[in-house]
Amino acid sequence: MSSPAPAAPPLLRFDRIQKSFFGVPVLQGISLSLDQGRALGLVGENGAGKTTLMNILGGNLAPDAGRIEFAGLPHQPRSPLEAAAAGIAFVHQELNLFPNLSVAENLHLTAFPRRRGFPVIHRALLRAKTRALLEQVSLDIDSDTPVERLTAGERQLVEIAKALGIEARLLILDEPTTSLTDLETRRLFDLLERLRGQGMTMIYISHHLADVLRFCDHIAVLRDGELVGSGPASAFNATRLISLMVGRQLDQVFPGSAPPPDSPPVLEARRLSHPGIIDQVSFTLRAGEILGLSGLMGSGRSELARILFGLDPFGAGEILVEGKPLRRPRPIRCLRRGLAFVTENRREEGLCLEASIADNLLLVALRDFAPPPARWIRRRPLQAAAARIRSAVRLTPTALDSHPVKTLSGGNQQKVVLAKWLLSQPRVIILDEPTRGIDVGAKCEFYQLIHDLAARGTGILLISSEMEELLGLCHRILVLRQGAIRDELQRPEFDRERILRAALHTERAP
Amino acid sequence: MKGAWLRRQGRRALASEYLVLALSVAYFLVLLPWLPELAHPRNLANLFSRMLPLLLVAMGQTFVLIAGGIDLSVTAVIGLTSVLGASLMTADGGWMAGHAAAVPAGIALMLLTGALLGAANGAAVTGLRMPPFMVTLTSMMFLGGLAVWLTQSQRITGLPPAFLALGGKPACAFGLTLGAALFAHLLLSRSLFGRWLYAIGHNPRVAAISGVPVPTVTLAAYVLSGISGACAAILFTGRLETGSPVHGREILLDVIGATVIGGTSLFGGKGKILWTLYGVLFLTLVDASLNLMFLSDFAIRMVKGALILLAALIDALRHRYETA
Ligand SMILES: Nc1ncnc2c1ncn2[C@@H]1O[C@H](COP(=O)(O)OP(=O)(O)OP(=O)(O)O)[C@@H](O)[C@H]1O
Ligand SMILES: [Mg+2]
Repeated sequence: MSSPAPAAPPLLRFDRIQKSFFGVPVLQGISLSLDQGRALGLVGENGAGKTTLMNILGGNLAPDAGRIEFAGLPHQPRSPLEAAAAGIAFVHQELNLFPNLSVAENLHLTAFPRRRGFPVIHRALLRAKTRALLEQVSLDIDSDTPVERLTAGERQLVEIAKALGIEARLLILDEPTTSLTDLETRRLFDLLERLRGQGMTMIYISHHLADVLRFCDHIAVLRDGELVGSGPASAFNATRLISLMVGRQLDQVFPGSAPPPDSPPVLEARRLSHPGIIDQVSFTLRAGEILGLSGLMGSGRSELARILFGLDPFGAGEILVEGKPLRRPRPIRCLRRGLAFVTENRREEGLCLEASIADNLLLVALRDFAPPPARWIRRRPLQAAAARIRSAVRLTPTALDSHPVKTLSGGNQQKVVLAKWLLSQPRVIILDEPTRGIDVGAKCEFYQLIHDLAARGTGILLISSEMEELLGLCHRILVLRQGAIRDELQRPEFDRERILRAALHTERAP
Repeated sequence: MKGAWLRRQGRRALASEYLVLALSVAYFLVLLPWLPELAHPRNLANLFSRMLPLLLVAMGQTFVLIAGGIDLSVTAVIGLTSVLGASLMTADGGWMAGHAAAVPAGIALMLLTGALLGAANGAAVTGLRMPPFMVTLTSMMFLGGLAVWLTQSQRITGLPPAFLALGGKPACAFGLTLGAALFAHLLLSRSLFGRWLYAIGHNPRVAAISGVPVPTVTLAAYVLSGISGACAAILFTGRLETGSPVHGREILLDVIGATVIGGTSLFGGKGKILWTLYGVLFLTLVDASLNLMFLSDFAIRMVKGALILLAALIDALRHRYETA
């Protein structure tokens, strides 16, 4: 890493930034600076204020007090557009693409290339520019593909391409790897390294501390809106970061593993097929077992889960729940049979963002608290159950039940999604990337929660892009590639290389 | 700082549940010195009797709006059910003229027709996935036309006194509306159906994944709206002592306007029966007072139009604050 002349002023300087929501302070006087061409890692627990600080920098929010200097000038953007014009690109934690528009249109939304002298979009130029941008992020898709047909990981890359398109000097990445597989994460870091080499300054927010430690030059730690530590990355290690973030020591991430149960099957799939999506998938999940599904993006992991829960059309094959066939799965039917599905995409499928925290928490379990025939809701027990589940997932206690769920930080929103399904006391729970955006402390608690659920006899199907999570938690792992199961590993055989090999289909792992 | 305080208070007032009720009371009190007739028992009674059917229909509309839909066909439902009920009961050539069970049968027919028409709207919206605006606009035209065609533009008189008393006697009409309002309120706030309705209005996809039977619940909202139209038809028919296809023809904008003024959102997911009550109160009050000032009909329409536009604007503003 070559450092610029020592006298050069920092590119970015925060000076005592403060912000509160509803009288609750979220940022309490943050001062930080960042040099040109460096990457700053910003870490902290869910709700620590990371996204809020970036929203202020990116023109989404105005600070209550404090100043920002960017490139030597005072920086007070009144809108994201102004921030972009100043050279700041923001890849949001929640992706901000228009699903109905094509990749090319999304990339050029603010400035379409025109035909000279006419207010008409220059299609050919648009495609060419889009291809060039997509190439930079090594994404091989047609520029006319509507974004809704892309997977979460591909959308993430499109977001980054969009940032590159505005020729930013500062790139903010708010948890960019949450929906990427290992391979794509590696590809992303290659890209980020290259950009840094070209002088791009970056702020990188993540709960993957290893990534932050490896990639960033500087690290800043937020806790409850205060800067509790900052300095060169070499001055930190994971343990120190965690204790700064959480304010205590965390000695063990994964709970000790119980032996695989020898119990009756709760969920069986027999030769499930859907042309072009999954191919002859059969597996058995036992009560109390944690079964992992590994595979690359597009390998059919999520699709398999969605077919099981009736969100995607059913092709051929057979599903059995507790030994009895489940025909034509639909969410309602699955729910009645004791299935639960924590979907991957919390904004579109997990939460009613405008509705209150309580309403979201209770949505799934509501029917159990409204006895037929009249179906009036018994409110007392319902509220008690909500309070219980809130503390079980350690949802932030500062948020009132009546607040809209969208005012929660990303990680806390994810906890609400989890909680609402747990409240229905499922026999089988399918988890699709359940720890997306959750901080280390909460992750730890969440792993314990899964572990306890399994110990009490719930069958768990865990889909995750995080190898650590699968290796640490599962009794058994299935590896999918191109819609078919390619390998099955029992816990004693767990082997990162072997899983990758099966997922990639190469003789040697790359 | 002062500006910020004002803005905060302004937002708070906008968000307050009782804003519209407070506005109604203030409006009444401010106007009283200039327009003492407003408090005259006769005028109050008149105001009251006009409120009731409007409230009934607006409550049905509230259900549909919360689910994220809209029902423009209610006024035609009123006309058609009024005509059908009257044709069954009327002493001059009714299908059940003079029969002892004519009145209950007539009321049953009206309610059933309202429910069926609502179900037809709901089925088109949920089953065929047509936009509610289009579905109910066309059914308004069709049903309105059908009602006129059935009667050949004749008014149907000679209705049984028992029926007239039910819809026309203020106490009965009040009892009916109050009962309906209580039921609607409990249904929305305390029942599984009500909670599901809000979820659907917020995000139908999330609701479906969470196990809400979205089509059934949505359909039920339209059915309730249809039934509310039939109830209003009972009041109109009883009070005016005739079955006619034009009953309620004028109130469509008032229905949606009052609901939105009350605070129910056109964007779905938000609304309460109590809010609708306040909205209806306010709009009827304005209407009555303008009438007493002998303003011309267009002037009244202009004022009411402006008010409803304002309410829709406030709805949009609230929506923006909340999504921002
Ligand atoms: N619009 C808002 N209204 C009210 N409270 C808010 C709003 N936005 C954020 N907050 C609150 O501010 C705090 C900080 O949120 P922020 O999103 O910055 O956290 P974060 O550090 O990004 O967490 P995560 O890792 O979960 O994404 C949270 O407690 C959140 O509930
Ligand atoms: Mg965040």
